[in-house]
Amino acid sequence: MIRVENITKRFGNYPALHGIDLEIQAGEFIALLGPSGSGKTTLLRIIAGLEFQDEGHVHFNGEDVSDIPVGKRNVGFVFQQYALFRHMTVADNIAFGLTVRKARNRPPKAEIKARAQELLRVVQLEGLGDRYPGQLSGGQRQRVALARALAIEPSLLLLDEPFGALDAKVRKDLRRWLRDLHKQMGLTSIFVTHDQEEALELADRVVVMDHGRIDQIGTPEQVYMEPATAFVSHFVGETNRLPDGRHIRPHDIEIVAEGRDRVMVDNVFRKGGSWRVEGRLHETGTIVEIDIDSHDTPPAVGETVAIAAKRARIFSAAEQR
Amino acid sequence: MPSMTTRKTTWRAPSVLPGFGLTFGFSLAWLSLIVLIPLSMLFIKSAGMGWQAFVDVGFSERALTAYRLSFGTALAAAFVNAVFGLLVAWVLVRYAFPGKRVISALVDLPFALPTAVAGIALTALYAPSGWVGQYLDPLGIKVAFTPIGITVALVFIGLPFVVRSVEPVLADLGKDVEEAAATLGAGRAQTFARVIFPAILPALFTGFALAFARGVGEYGSVIFISGNMPGKTEIAPLLIVTQLEQYNYDGATAIAMVMMLVSFAVLFTLNAVQSIRRRRLGA
Repeated sequence: MIRVENITKRFGNYPALHGIDLEIQAGEFIALLGPSGSGKTTLLRIIAGLEFQDEGHVHFNGEDVSDIPVGKRNVGFVFQQYALFRHMTVADNIAFGLTVRKARNRPPKAEIKARAQELLRVVQLEGLGDRYPGQLSGGQRQRVALARALAIEPSLLLLDEPFGALDAKVRKDLRRWLRDLHKQMGLTSIFVTHDQEEALELADRVVVMDHGRIDQIGTPEQVYMEPATAFVSHFVGETNRLPDGRHIRPHDIEIVAEGRDRVMVDNVFRKGGSWRVEGRLHETGTIVEIDIDSHDTPPAVGETVAIAAKRARIFSAAEQR
Repeated sequence: MPSMTTRKTTWRAPSVLPGFGLTFGFSLAWLSLIVLIPLSMLFIKSAGMGWQAFVDVGFSERALTAYRLSFGTALAAAFVNAVFGLLVAWVLVRYAFPGKRVISALVDLPFALPTAVAGIALTALYAPSGWVGQYLDPLGIKVAFTPIGITVALVFIGLPFVVRSVEPVLADLGKDVEEAAATLGAGRAQTFARVIFPAILPALFTGFALAFARGVGEYGSVIFISGNMPGKTEIAPLLIVTQLEQYNYDGATAIAMVMMLVSFAVLFTLNAVQSIRRRRLGA
């Protein structure tokens, strides 16, 4: 179990994190979700021990590791750009964490080699052990980085934007594969992402961060359906903000025969399994996005229609930030 | 319908970058003017003197000793520079300290300083009566007028080559690679030996080769500190000048020819090793 307690961090005058509290159970898959500058990567690096907090504590299984350097925390860290050792073969990269151990803790050479082979199989790169990182594709490098981190049998796996540098298709495949691997190996993992779709798809719980604070911690369902703040509502999924303060998801708007709110339709296109209607509120010109079931007939461009909210949310002043 | 255009077969790979013909032509013309034509004059000149005469001068006892001295001291100096140049580059890249820019500028000074000035200054320092020499002399260490002195001069001349080759690569080396090593449990020494050093080795190699090449051809700074005793501290470039002063142009050409071939062989080998390495890394 990982417990983060009142973590505060500044870079010079720039406050990166304000009093972060977080508890993670063994076996959980956690996403730190937020825009750039939200402090998510800093938090991940503090948990790893790559960065040190100004205030607060980090506990691993009840033990205070706040002052323990990264090498002794036994965490696996997958870097955004993979940070592979380019002059070493893939197998040597993977074995690195074992070969740098002190002689008395170091497994025999043959065993290290076997472990590297085993991990190559786990990350589905069998037969590529003799290649160099420069000879691999982005997705393959990513998996080497993961295997290298797993080789030390970490008690916690940390991933910084693990899919950031990959193209869409590879990203999707790797996501599913990583989730399976997490389950199979019984890992406890935290990953940082700015991609809400990724966070909702992968994580058991999502930690939504903004400006160095946690806005909400919850299951993907909770974060999407019951956003705690206006920020979460807009960052996770799409939300229309109407002039009267209501926040409405595009799929929570319906077109009705008669209504107070009238929308001029600017554009209609197909988006996945539904129609996306873009328009402007008649009175204020506020842009509104509406999703309509693909079996229904969408309004025509130029038409003015009345809308009603099936479900809307109003945030208090404290929840507005 | 299959395309009817047939590509003209050329010996270069097709490229979207325009102007290959023009730029290649210019490069070749320039290289010819500056390097190839003067060097080919060497060949022509030495070809005219006949094989026996060439061997007599080019491989005389005196010349062989001079080659050994020139290449030996250049090699030793390049090694010293590889070690300390790396250290200087490391300090310049990795730490922030007051006066860093001044030190960085000082590194380039051997490039700018007339080599004779360097030679005279070093001789004054290391002569048995000099500032440093007076302490070394009682210990039985003679620097000036020995091969050690020549090496010292070449170290001075070659330092910037290593520093400036290694510096950008060291600066470019991602922090994340070192952090990765740290997360995997490697200590500082292990990280340096197994992660950082191998990464900068190619640049260090280049700096070494440049310092070596410069050392082999160095003349100005060496002639003062070496003492120029034939068969003892006479370097090959000096031997060439000596031949010229005696109007023995053929002899000078023969010695120059041998030096050039050896230097080219060494540099070509170093480059070949480099490119094999690069290809292996798939970069």
